[in-house]
Amino acid sequence: MENPDTLTEKLREQGYVAHPDLAMALHLSLALGRPLLLEGAAGVGKTEIARALATVLGTELLRLQCYEGLDAAQAIYEWNYQRQLLSIRAAVEDGESARQAESRIFSEDYLLERPLLAAIRREQAPVLLIDEIDRADEEFEAYLLEVLSDFQITIPELGTITATSRPHVILTANGTRDLSDALRRRCLYAYVDYPDRDTELAILTTRCPDIDAALGRQIVGFVQALRAEDLEKKPGIAEMLDFAAALGGLGVNDLGADPVALAAALATLLKTRSDRAAIPPEVAARLAGRAA
Amino acid sequence: MTRDLTLNRPSRATRFAARDPGPAARLAGFMAHLRAEGFRLGVAETGLAMAALARLDTFPPETVCRALKAVCASDADQSARFDDLFNAFWLNNGRVRARITQTRSAARDHQRTSQTGAGMASGTGKAHAPDDGHDDGDSESGGTGRLMATSVQNLMRRDLRELVSPDDIRHAETLAARLGAAIRDRRSRRRRAHRRGRGVDLRRTLRAALSTGGEPLHLHRRTRPDRPVKLVVLCDVSGSMLAYTRPYLAFVTGLTRADPTADAYLFHTGLVRITSALRDDDPLRMLNRLSLLAEGVGGGSRIGANLDLFARTYARRFVNGRSVVVILSDGYDSASPDQLGPALSLLKKRGCRIIWLNPLKGWRDYAPVAGGMAAALPHLDLFAPATTLADLARLEPELARL
Repeated sequence: MENPDTLTEKLREQGYVAHPDLAMALHLSLALGRPLLLEGAAGVGKTEIARALATVLGTELLRLQCYEGLDAAQAIYEWNYQRQLLSIRAAVEDGESARQAESRIFSEDYLLERPLLAAIRREQAPVLLIDEIDRADEEFEAYLLEVLSDFQITIPELGTITATSRPHVILTANGTRDLSDALRRRCLYAYVDYPDRDTELAILTTRCPDIDAALGRQIVGFVQALRAEDLEKKPGIAEMLDFAAALGGLGVNDLGADPVALAAALATLLKTRSDRAAIPPEVAARLAGRAA
Repeated sequence: MTRDLTLNRPSRATRFAARDPGPAARLAGFMAHLRAEGFRLGVAETGLAMAALARLDTFPPETVCRALKAVCASDADQSARFDDLFNAFWLNNGRVRARITQTRSAARDHQRTSQTGAGMASGTGKAHAPDDGHDDGDSESGGTGRLMATSVQNLMRRDLRELVSPDDIRHAETLAARLGAAIRDRRSRRRRAHRRGRGVDLRRTLRAALSTGGEPLHLHRRTRPDRPVKLVVLCDVSGSMLAYTRPYLAFVTGLTRADPTADAYLFHTGLVRITSALRDDDPLRMLNRLSLLAEGVGGGSRIGANLDLFARTYARRFVNGRSVVVILSDGYDSASPDQLGPALSLLKKRGCRIIWLNPLKGWRDYAPVAGGMAAALPHLDLFAPATTLADLARLEPELARL
């Protein structure tokens, strides 16, 4: 990728409209071989960018979803214990020596790859998405630092496995926990915000090309107005697209014209009870009227 | 003086004309500028920034700005401030270099900065002012006007410094360490080798099975270890709490210094995070920083507004399911108490446990009728009295039961 503009263009072909800041961070991350840390509210398209990037680069996407208690066995590798156990039994019956049996069951055949190990052993560098890193605990974060700086993994029984190709690493976080300075320093950083009106309209028309232009403007205006309200969960881009699809399904061509259908479609945007209560149908109708 | 002035006056066209040491040094200067603004950048980052610029094929200011932002910014706040800082340094319309701050031209420049940089100024000011009016804040200062209010505040500030003695802090540190140990969370999802754990450690069992011909005679086990919780302390330092400020502040200080994951805040009419000030290595400087932060001690308190602000801002970053939020307050809200209930309920949604320690509860015949307290009760996991450090120590078994 020669410069950020061509990258932006190629991402757009994949249906991803990137903010210039994000495109630059992505470009540098590819050029310098540094991991990229993306932060932002839920639903602004942090995960989606990895998918789009993988398609642009024509490579595989490996995804590691983080959660509390994630450990080496789920993130890096695990031995296939059942096969090992069977194999030991067989070895005893065949009269194989213990040493032979040991070297056999701790070989590649009995190793189960998990995303981190898989990412460094691919022929072609994949995109490695480490999703919601702030959900994993500090221990895993510390381990990840080691992998991200050396791109090698040590398995006691096998030795050190060095990367055949350096994966393009994207980490996402949405502020469940404060990340360590060490991790932040190792990564390039971009903050992904809710898109502005024009960008969001561009996203909508890229994803739903056959949507009516006036309705598209209304949808985007409505969702933007909704984000300005005091809500627990602000609707993200995915919600906006769902909303557009729902309106299409209900056959709505003008937001202001059909309050009943609008209230029904709100289920795609407001996802907690108190948010539903905060935006009663008449408020929704008023917002829709203003967006038109 | 006059010659000095002409020599050092920054020209608008270019600031590097006379003795330009080259782009690397300029970039290093910019990194130093960012460091002065609180960015954590080392030599490695300067190198990375050079490498990043080398990968660009065109150099319009906005492109360079974006590239450096990706390298230098490391959180949302820095990311938001970066554009202003970049413009201030490279585009000659902001902060001037420290070398010339004494000359008159620098002073003039400085004024211009404070006008153009209004966005940044409001950013720092916001944290201190969740309240919109002063009228209900300083109830004691009455109608005598501003001069009076100022002198009262100064007095309080000096008081605060005397309030916390090193002895108190040491005592509180041991106490806090014990309390921290008492509140343990038993829900870790990670597993660790253990002699009598619940799950079987397949890896070690299998290793051992090799020597017994594939027969797993001895089962190795593993268990979920205990994990300490994160304590978040919010201490009310308003006028009605003045008598208890000493033990409470000592407790908060001790706790923050003993436990590296603890987090501390003061509130009165505003809310301030004092964690980093409390962790200062130099105790004297710590007290000075604290006094500066605690400006407004002894005034009114806006518990509801402050807790609401806390739940919406800091809590999103620092409070999760493993946190225990400790509120030290008497519940006397100088604003209306309506906000308190919803604020606590919002905070509770972060999954934390909330403990309210109230000095007045120790009094005989105390009933939580203060409007605020009554609204808060349904959201609390523990509501207990505490007036001195010794009282806090007695809480240990109660906390352990949580």
